[in-house]
Amino acid sequence: MSLVADPLLEQVHALAGAVPDPEIPVVTLSDLGILRSVTREHEQIVVTLTPTYTGCPATEVIRDDVQRALMQAGLHGVQVRLTLSPPWTTDWISIAGRAKLRDYGIAPPARAAQAQQAQVLQFVSREQWRAGAVPKQVDTPPADTLAKTEGPACPQCGAVQVECVSEYGSTPCKALYRCLKCREPFDYFKPY
Amino acid sequence: MNQSVSSPAASAQDVRAHPAHIEYVLRLGDSALILGQRLAEWCGHGPMLEEDIALTNVSLDLVGQARLLLAHAGQLEGLGRDEDALAFLRDEGHFRNWTIVELPHGDGRHDDYAFTIVRNLMVAALMVPWWTALAQSSDTTLAAIGGKSVKEAQAHLRHASQWTVRFGDGTVVSHARAQAALERLWPYANEWWQTDAIEQHAAQAGIGPLAADLRAAWDATLDAVLAEATLKRPATTGFISQGKAGQHSEHLGYVLAEMQSLARKHPGATW
Repeated sequence: MSLVADPLLEQVHALAGAVPDPEIPVVTLSDLGILRSVTREHEQIVVTLTPTYTGCPATEVIRDDVQRALMQAGLHGVQVRLTLSPPWTTDWISIAGRAKLRDYGIAPPARAAQAQQAQVLQFVSREQWRAGAVPKQVDTPPADTLAKTEGPACPQCGAVQVECVSEYGSTPCKALYRCLKCREPFDYFKPY
Repeated sequence: MNQSVSSPAASAQDVRAHPAHIEYVLRLGDSALILGQRLAEWCGHGPMLEEDIALTNVSLDLVGQARLLLAHAGQLEGLGRDEDALAFLRDEGHFRNWTIVELPHGDGRHDDYAFTIVRNLMVAALMVPWWTALAQSSDTTLAAIGGKSVKEAQAHLRHASQWTVRFGDGTVVSHARAQAALERLWPYANEWWQTDAIEQHAAQAGIGPLAADLRAAWDATLDAVLAEATLKRPATTGFISQGKAGQHSEHLGYVLAEMQSLARKHPGATW
C-alpha cells in the first residue's frame, strides 16, 4: 500500500468500518477491530475482514453487509476477503467500542493476554467472596492505564462484586454474570 | 461415497499434497466434527439451561473448526470435494476421527452428563497443546486455524475443568459418576499416544506434532484437574482403539445417520 493517501481507499474504509455488527448493532466493525485492511491490488479494491469465532454464524452476514453497504454507496466490484491470521482478539476492540458496549449493558472484555491462562477452578464460598477472597481464576486487573475500565464490572452500577452465572451466554462471545450489589444480570464480553 | 469431480486443469490444486498430510488434517477435522455433532445432541436436553447453551456453544466452535479443517483437507486433496462433501458424503470407514469422540454419552441407554464433561476435559486438554503447536505449522493454513482454535480450546478446557471439579468434589453420586466416566473413557486415550506413519510424516514435514509428544502436557493438565476434583487417575490398559485409521466402534454409524440423512436426501440444498 502506498504511503500517499488514497481518497477512494479511505472512503471504502469509512463505509466498511461503519457497518454495524449484526448481533450487537451498537458497535461497528471498526469498533470491534474485525476490519483488518482496505487495499488496492491491481486496480481491484480488497476489504479484508477477520472472523471472531471459527463457528460464528455472523461472519457471513457481516461479509454480505459490507458488500451491500459498498454497493449502496455506488462502489461495485469490491472484493471482501476473510482472513484467519493473525487471529482476532478482543484486545482489538477500540476504546470507543468498549464504551459503547458498556452503555448497551454488556461489560467489555478484560485483556485477553491475561485471561487466557486456563486454570483449575478454585471455589470460595459467597461469604468469603464478599469478604474479599479472590478465587485463583479471576484475573487481577492489569496495571496499565486501561485497568480502571476493565474486567467484569456491572455495566449498570459499576460494582466489581459480580459472579459468573454461566461461561456461555446469548452468543458465543458472551458469558452471563450477575451483579451481587444491584442484583442485575448482565452479559460479559469474554476475553478471547 | 466418493465424488469424482475433476479439478480444473493447470490449477494450483493439481499439485496434490502428500496423502499423509491430507490424512493428518482429516483426523483433526473429523474429530472436531464428530465431537461437535455429539455435543449438539444435548441441544434442548441439557441438565440446565446454562449448560444446554454452553454445550451448544462448544459444539458451534468445534463445527466451525471442522469446517475450516475439512475445507482445507478438500483443497489438499484436489478432487473438488468441499467441506460439505467430506462431512456428508463419506461413509464411516472413510472417517478418521478418534474413537473417543464417537462414543455415546454414557452407557448408551441413559445419557450421562459426567461422561460428556470428562470426555470434553480429555479432548480439550489435548487440543490446547496441539493447536498451540499447529500455530507453528509449515502448512500456513493449518497454522492460521491453529492460532484461532487454541483460544476456543482454552475456553472448552476451562468449562470442562470447572464441571469435573464440581462433579468430582460434589456429592457422593456425582463423584461416583465422574469416576465411572473417567474409567470408561481412559482406555480411549491410548489411541492418541500410538504413533503411526501418518503422524510421523506430519511431524517430519513440520506439518504438526505427534500426539505422543503432547502427552506430558496432557498428563499435567489431567493430574491437576483430577487432584482438585478428588478423582482417581485410572490405570493405563493395553486397549488401543483405531478410529484414526478408519476402524470405528459400532456407534459412529448412528452418529453419521443422523448427521448426514438430511444432506443426502436433499443433495445440494441451500438455505
